[in-house]
Amino acid sequence: MSILGTRVVRTEDPLFLTRGAVYTDDLTDERLTGALHATFVRSNVAHGTVTSVDVSAAKEAPGVVAVYTAEDLGDLQPVPPPLPFLDAGFSRPWLVPVGGRVHFVGDLVAVVLTEERYQGEDAAEQVVVDIDPLPAVVTTKAAATDETVLFPEVGTNKVAAFGEPAPEDFFADCEVVVRREIVNQRVAAAPLETRAASAAWGEDGRVTIWCTNQGAQQAKGQIAGWLGLDPALVHLVTPDVGGGFGAKIGADQEYAFVAWLAQRSGRPVRWTESRSENMTGMLQGRAQDQVVTIGGTRDGKVTAYSLEVTQDCGAYPRIGTVLPTLTMLMAAAVYDIPKVHAQATCYATNGTSIGAYRGAGRPEATAAIERAMDLFAAEIGMDPAEVRRVNFIPTFTEPVTTSSGATYDSGDYEAALDRVLAAAGYAELRAEQARRRERGDVRQLGIGVSAYVEITGADSGHGTSENAELEVHADGTATVLTGTSPHGQGHATTWAMLASEQLGIPVEKITVLHGDTDRIPDGGGTMGSRSLQQGGAAVHQAAVELVEVARKRAAELLEANPDDLEVDLANAGLSVRGTPGVGVTWAQLAADEQLIVQTTFTANAPTFPFGAHVAVVETDVESGKAVVTRLVTVDDAGTIINPLLAEGQRHGGIAQGVGQALLEEILYDEDGNPQTSTFADYPFVSATELPSFELVEMATPTPMNPLGAKGIGEAGTIGSTPAVQSAVVDSVAHLGVRHVDMPATSMRVWRAIREAQKGSTN
Amino acid sequence: MQVSMTVNGQQRTDEVEPRTLLAHHLRDNLGLTATNIGCDSTSCGACTVIVDGLTVKSCTVLALQAEGSEVTTLEGLAGPDGELHPVQAAFRSEHGLQCGFCTSGMVMAAVGVLADNPNPTDREVREGIEGNLCRCTGYHNIVRAVLKAAESGPAAGQVPTAKQEVTA
Repeated sequence: MSILGTRVVRTEDPLFLTRGAVYTDDLTDERLTGALHATFVRSNVAHGTVTSVDVSAAKEAPGVVAVYTAEDLGDLQPVPPPLPFLDAGFSRPWLVPVGGRVHFVGDLVAVVLTEERYQGEDAAEQVVVDIDPLPAVVTTKAAATDETVLFPEVGTNKVAAFGEPAPEDFFADCEVVVRREIVNQRVAAAPLETRAASAAWGEDGRVTIWCTNQGAQQAKGQIAGWLGLDPALVHLVTPDVGGGFGAKIGADQEYAFVAWLAQRSGRPVRWTESRSENMTGMLQGRAQDQVVTIGGTRDGKVTAYSLEVTQDCGAYPRIGTVLPTLTMLMAAAVYDIPKVHAQATCYATNGTSIGAYRGAGRPEATAAIERAMDLFAAEIGMDPAEVRRVNFIPTFTEPVTTSSGATYDSGDYEAALDRVLAAAGYAELRAEQARRRERGDVRQLGIGVSAYVEITGADSGHGTSENAELEVHADGTATVLTGTSPHGQGHATTWAMLASEQLGIPVEKITVLHGDTDRIPDGGGTMGSRSLQQGGAAVHQAAVELVEVARKRAAELLEANPDDLEVDLANAGLSVRGTPGVGVTWAQLAADEQLIVQTTFTANAPTFPFGAHVAVVETDVESGKAVVTRLVTVDDAGTIINPLLAEGQRHGGIAQGVGQALLEEILYDEDGNPQTSTFADYPFVSATELPSFELVEMATPTPMNPLGAKGIGEAGTIGSTPAVQSAVVDSVAHLGVRHVDMPATSMRVWRAIREAQKGSTN
Repeated sequence: MQVSMTVNGQQRTDEVEPRTLLAHHLRDNLGLTATNIGCDSTSCGACTVIVDGLTVKSCTVLALQAEGSEVTTLEGLAGPDGELHPVQAAFRSEHGLQCGFCTSGMVMAAVGVLADNPNPTDREVREGIEGNLCRCTGYHNIVRAVLKAAESGPAAGQVPTAKQEVTA
């Protein structure tokens, strides 16, 4: 029986559950003996000119070895924006100099090196930074006016623009047109492990950098580039990583800074940020203002749809600048809409920079069109599930290109909706809703339906390729080297399953290694739900190739026809078909000659997982508080290799979607001061705010890789966010409410009810 | 100042700064790095350990406050022969952990929940672990794991060294 498709418990867990994983701050590597602790001094003003930095007291503080300001940086050049088309004027200094501008609360002004961790915090407080404040640009609306320009050398806050305006007559032939401004708010990725890095220079002139990230090879390349180092001198190691969710893709400037500080001070250096530092310094997500316009016929056919995105890039534009292009690509979603228009304009603001966060551009597309579908349904008085059914792209097995330009591999959107509605008991839910409305209950029922398709395995800087190396050793064990970079996904288990499936070597005897640039110089990391379909497929390919190599060698040894040899589990090697006693073990083959395969798998194209979610909420119409009582989901990610782990990915994704829909939002005051920079202020979703989830199975394999697998890491978030938002709106729809922006907090819902009762539209 | 405590059954005496947090003492002085620190505000619970039968967030306790106490961390939960504690075993079988960062605190909190309530409902488990945040699992499999551990009986609410019940 195949091991694939079975619920193999993780090989990672015995260690994680007894000694704990080893994260960057846990390292006891001897090269870090005597390491200094770095503590950054950050701007507490969002926008302003630095007028003085006084480090004299800090230098005298206990345990201080060095304090550096911009004057000490030598020939270190500001870090240019990560996208070649962006104006170099958006470059970020390592430390903002006197006379220079700080651009967000969290910008770096000085750094302190101390013998002990606590001494760093004490000394950093002794650094006196004077900043002459400038007006803060907190919203994209303010940024667009250019009344205050963040980077005078650029001359405008506009960072980039994609697409063209829709023609004036775009909706001219529609019987019904609905237009709405909606917010896809700024949220924190908030992995439980904050950012951390350590660095030590060796006598060979090379630096070893340990840091928490989602792809060692990309991080290494960035750090070498920023510091002007020969990449051959940089050895980057990824220890265990305590969650990433997109915000740990690549390196952050602080990581490179730690390497520079180690070189400059002549001692190893460690850095681990605090949570409040993380909540201002780490990339955040979403941050789109959207305008959706949807038009069609009174009987429910959508004929034209427009999505206009305004993206907040934050202070120093990073990868978030191009995520709206994914939003635009996926604008048409699961629907067969004759005319689709999408455009985006991106602005710098005095907030934390925006990057990828679980879904990264696709949740925004899904949220937009699903809200639009609901608004359209409400306008024509049709059931929201029925409106979706009328407009779905029909079932397809050959690629289909949408009106927004994406080419989907395989899909059956109506089947996904049918399954989720059946599992949820949709008709009975509507009946219960009607009863509560009839009775005028305080606790009203809301039912939200979403349908989605997303893109996974898209080129995120490494093409659609991934590498694998597989070696069988003389003791009968095997080692897999992968260019992917797990941080909770369980690659050590799943990659071992894929190798075991071909070799018959038990999962427990297969070690999976990642995240060491000396051993694995090339790799694409883990992001964009690419790992299984590319990295896993590479492991599968390596195992198939290794069996072929072994078969030839065994044939010579046994003087048999290679075609007669097959993997023999009982023999832990290869045997002649039909005569199991005649064979050779993996151990023997590996002892005779190194048995190793290196391979690269290249996918033909990205894949497009899809699904449908039903969320049920109970809303107290007197307080506005909505509670999610059920979440029923179909998330079709093609063939599932390990259902236990795939379900875990769905659970986590669903929860983050609920968090965004109901609770989470990064807030600034009018001066750009963060209002949500601790976990006491930021409403990170907890166990009591979630139900247990009801997962419904569906698997439509993709032809894009031999596993048939699509990505599953982000689907849950993409589906659940609009379903929950929709359910909240639906729970108070009978009171006249058509829309509530995320997060749909008690206050927002309560206000929406009051506004509706006053007769104004909302 | 000198501080003495029993950690995972071993007597430990160390010099610490008076302001040293128990979490840092465990991690930096005793090398017990399973206990993690995920926030500055006693919000996330990644640092949860058991002190004299109580689950506490060790980032909010001074090492000196644990003077003379019995402290159990994740490293002290498995049996002497390496046999997983029922809560550890259930977290594995139910896939109750992904990145692992919350896991140490979550497991210790779960032991406390089960000491207080050996047969909790889904809702009671959720309320019991509300002070422990997880970004990966959506809590679904953590709740399953705690319910599964409860099936093991009273041992799920006990720590091995002290052989005492833990009060949540």
